[in-house]
Amino acid sequence: MKRQYQPVIGLEVHAELETASKMFCGCAVVDSTMAEPNRHVCPVCLGMPGMLPTINAKAIEYGTRVALALNCEVQPFNVFARKNYFYPDLPKGYQISQYEYPLALHGWLDVETSAGTQRIRIRRVHLEEDTGKLTHVDGGYAGGYAGENASLVDLNRAGVPLLEIVSEPDIHSVEVLKAFAEQLHAILRYLKVNSGDMEKGVIRFESNVSVRPIGSDVLNPRTEIKNLNSFRALTRGTEYEIARQSAIYDQAGTVRQQTMGWNEMRQQTFAQRSKENAHDYRYFPEPDLPPVQIDPAWVTEIRAQLPELPAVKQDRYQQLGLSAYDAGVLVAEPETAHYFDQALSALASTRVSAKSVANWLTGQVFALLNASGQNLANLKVTPAQLVELIGLVEGGTININSGRDVLKKMFETGESAQAIVARDGLAQVSDSSLIARTIDQLIADNPNELQNYLAGKESLAQWFFGQVMKQLKGQANPQVIKAELTAALELRKKHAQDS
Amino acid sequence: MMSNTSLIQLSLSQASQALRQGETSSVALTEAVLSQISQADGRLQAFLHVSAEQALAQATSADQARQAGGTHHPLLGIPLAIKDILCLQGMPATAGSRILQGYRPVYDATAVTRLRQAGAVFVGKTNTDEFAMGSSTENSAYQVTRNPHDLERVPGGSSGGSAVAVAAHMAFGALGTDTGGSVRQPASLCGVVGFKPSYGRVSRWGVIAFASSLDQVGPIGRTVDDVALLFSTIAGHDPLDSTTAPNPVPDFTHGVSALPDLTGVRVGVPRQYFIEGIQPEVEAAVRRAIEHMRALGATLVDVDLPHTEYALPTYYIIAPAEASANLARYDGVRFGSRQAETDLWALYEQSRGLGFGAEVKRRIMLGTYTLSAGYYDAYYLKAQQVRTLIKRDFEQAFQQVDVMACPTAPTTAFKLGSKTNDPLQMYLEDIFTLPASLAGVPAISLPCETDSQGLPIGLQLIGSAFGEARLLPIAKTFELTYQN
Repeated sequence: MKRQYQPVIGLEVHAELETASKMFCGCAVVDSTMAEPNRHVCPVCLGMPGMLPTINAKAIEYGTRVALALNCEVQPFNVFARKNYFYPDLPKGYQISQYEYPLALHGWLDVETSAGTQRIRIRRVHLEEDTGKLTHVDGGYAGGYAGENASLVDLNRAGVPLLEIVSEPDIHSVEVLKAFAEQLHAILRYLKVNSGDMEKGVIRFESNVSVRPIGSDVLNPRTEIKNLNSFRALTRGTEYEIARQSAIYDQAGTVRQQTMGWNEMRQQTFAQRSKENAHDYRYFPEPDLPPVQIDPAWVTEIRAQLPELPAVKQDRYQQLGLSAYDAGVLVAEPETAHYFDQALSALASTRVSAKSVANWLTGQVFALLNASGQNLANLKVTPAQLVELIGLVEGGTININSGRDVLKKMFETGESAQAIVARDGLAQVSDSSLIARTIDQLIADNPNELQNYLAGKESLAQWFFGQVMKQLKGQANPQVIKAELTAALELRKKHAQDS
Repeated sequence: MMSNTSLIQLSLSQASQALRQGETSSVALTEAVLSQISQADGRLQAFLHVSAEQALAQATSADQARQAGGTHHPLLGIPLAIKDILCLQGMPATAGSRILQGYRPVYDATAVTRLRQAGAVFVGKTNTDEFAMGSSTENSAYQVTRNPHDLERVPGGSSGGSAVAVAAHMAFGALGTDTGGSVRQPASLCGVVGFKPSYGRVSRWGVIAFASSLDQVGPIGRTVDDVALLFSTIAGHDPLDSTTAPNPVPDFTHGVSALPDLTGVRVGVPRQYFIEGIQPEVEAAVRRAIEHMRALGATLVDVDLPHTEYALPTYYIIAPAEASANLARYDGVRFGSRQAETDLWALYEQSRGLGFGAEVKRRIMLGTYTLSAGYYDAYYLKAQQVRTLIKRDFEQAFQQVDVMACPTAPTTAFKLGSKTNDPLQMYLEDIFTLPASLAGVPAISLPCETDSQGLPIGLQLIGSAFGEARLLPIAKTFELTYQN
């Protein structure tokens, strides 16, 4: 019988801060997947002789926002340090980072999981500069080096502000790891400090993994999986590593502390560096930058300006009667939550419920967006217009099918529901006498169907329903049709029995 | 008009006055120094790069600006030399290193920008020990600069080229950099005035870094007025260098006012600076200079700087540590000289192996070692703690005195090659200049006497942090009243 193991996981997140300019110079922060290589560089971020860094205050502000959202203590005394290592993507031969005196310490984040709320402690949050980007070309065309193996260096990204968030090893399942990572991702987007475009590499994960027998509290040697650039890579890589380490212990082997890479093609981790060969970064305080004093009064100001964060929003939505699932879908993207919040504020004068809005938004509206490849940003239907439409459906002015058609038109033209209903004469027929007359006429015109119905083919009631709706161009109130049709058919039944 | 020979004899301030009074032109001054360079520099080897055409063009526009009337900065049209560790757009910048051969910066150092704005003329870039690491200018990858007082002797270093340019009248003033004495010691050995301002006074933007927490740009001139004028022009807060101080800069652009005498001035005599091993003539000359100050009314105070003996080891931990990081960028890939190799690591190794000299390699290795895991606390951290104690020594001393007086260097100019095989002997050249660098306080070297061989001896006056406004008038008073 194999032993059962508990994983012990800590997460490191590197998130670019999308300030206008870089961390230590005036170069623009650009989308490094789009911009022409090496265009957004200057003598400072190229590490040219005699150049000096100056701190981008906006990056400190953005970092502080994140630190506060993660319930950290922002430190009044910050020191930048040089982290020395030699690599072609690092122009100065050292990275300006923080070491002994980081931006913030001792935070936490509550994560909702199937087993309830779990608190993950945040060890530290610190600022640094990003490196350049290397593209390895094997035998292909590499900017004038056709047919050669080459590595191309793009320094547009060198010096972009980078925030490193380090958790304590409080995570014991891949499910919790994923939920934690997703919540961090959402927080970064809510705070408007990062686009969240994982495919552009603006957020990168590193997972620190060890396993131990369930019930034990030993800390076994851990491996660090680097360059996990998607949620999928994060969970797959961590799962792979848990399984690999468990198998080693099953065979009474030992796990070596080392740095692993993640091979996306093979879906496997592979050893990069052992502990013995680990970098000695030779940190020391950056002599070109004096220590940064952060005024607690300023931190209080930043705290007051923080937006409502996803967890608080989710809670509020559930209080409004939404399921945890629906609330989760709405808060996942700040744009969706913003739209929903605007719709909520349009509810006041109506009898429309928050739940209806959630259903329409995540159902019909999302379906239309998906089908057309659009997103909320260019949606023509305003939140108030959506609420108005739902009001027309729920108040019985139009039926649900008409409602869907009207939404489609609103989606295309941006017109209001009222205008479309009035122009296209879509208002629902609820006039019971008109409906009753239509039913009588239909029965009279279709004696065979009536006979069959009376002979016991009850499903023909549905056929009559459909015919009535068709006659009334689909705009009749189905409840009224149902009631009138039942009465009319009951009457015919009674007559047939009597005669 | 004055002859070339008489023009180059003028001090910077006198040349400025001659320009103002229309007695000469910037073109004439520039031609005079260029002619002196072509006559003398073949022997002296002070310049790594002379830019005659650019200098004459600058001089022509300076003369035009003056003819257009109005008031002008006293440096308008004055030919200056710049140490090749400062970046100056349009000229190469090598820092005396093979690894930067061919590098031409696309920017000016802030100190250069400020001189340019004042209208100064740049005649060329001067020789330096490689990356300013040395005390004799013999560590330059390009040439050995000679002392104009004796061609068989060193000019001191690392700003030896700038000191010789001024001493041999090849420029009216020059900029050097001083990390542990590199402006003051060559000034002392060449018989000119060298001034290291307080750390944080002059921007390091565009100064090729050696040890960032110590590097400071300093002027070299023939008089206190000359260095004071250059100091006031280049100093002051710079948004491009976060370590520059916001403190207002004393305005010496129109000269330093000498004091009537030194009555009320307290001159500290630090006992730790008069030690075994100092050349007896140097000690005697400096003691006579101090006695002269007493005769002028100064009160002499015996001061104690108890941590002085640790200055040298402290400096040789901190400076190489910072240098080991600062020099990591020189890999032959983006600028400077590259050894052609197809394999990347071979390219790095060959470019650095051939690009860096022995002293630079020695310091990179020292610095890398002292920052390493397990050694950081014992070396780098300890050195920073001692540095704080040295700084405190000075703070305490300056509660009792206005300035301190001591030798600039323990010896006069020594023979070429006499210390190149003994790094420790070379390091001891800076024993009296290192403490002020570690403490970040201003210090000036003034010529006082010559030894029996006619070699200049320097008196060092040290001021309190940002106390240049007190230090320089005392220095000028000494200069005016002391007759060699």
